[in-house]
Amino acid sequence: MKRSKAACRYDRRVLALSLVYAVCLIGATWLFKHQLVSGALAWAVAILPALPICGLFATMGLYVVEETDEYLRVLMIRQTLWASAFALSIATIWGFLESFGLVGHVASYCVAILYYAGLGLGTLIARLSSLRRAA
Amino acid sequence: MKNRLKVLRAERDWSQGDLADRLGVSRQSVNAIETGRYDPSLPLAFRIAELFGLPIEAIFVSPSAEA
Repeated sequence: MKRSKAACRYDRRVLALSLVYAVCLIGATWLFKHQLVSGALAWAVAILPALPICGLFATMGLYVVEETDEYLRVLMIRQTLWASAFALSIATIWGFLESFGLVGHVASYCVAILYYAGLGLGTLIARLSSLRRAA
Repeated sequence: MKNRLKVLRAERDWSQGDLADRLGVSRQSVNAIETGRYDPSLPLAFRIAELFGLPIEAIFVSPSAEA
């Protein structure tokens, strides 16, 4: 299936940011492991791997702005709504379970992982929905 | 929303890809509109109507008329 120009740009940005994320994560982990950073620099280095992830969210917004095909735009918006609902629901449920001492603590950046899992879920739901309606 | 897009396209011997190219949208969009999974915006509905040289109501069935 031919990808739109906006979708190609989206793919390129996601790939570039994923590479930047990998480099930042490996670099930050190495610096902390060898105790080479402290004070304000430690804060900056710790935040570094989060920035490309934030960039990925911005990339989704850019895609919605740049995509000229209204149907593809709607599909992306639906997927992001599914992803938000999925990630926030699980984070909320986990938060209450954690508050009542039933489960252990999970780092909050896991919400981003849940969000991307939710995007996949949204894509799957959209595919199944289109197959059901076409039948 | 029900429509006559598939019939009108077939009369002209156009594939979904041909129609998509003429409208400047993706083939997925044409498929979604044809099968009633997506209702086009008013500007796109006008583009479709202008392409076929028909009024909008000759292509798309009003939901109130369907009831």
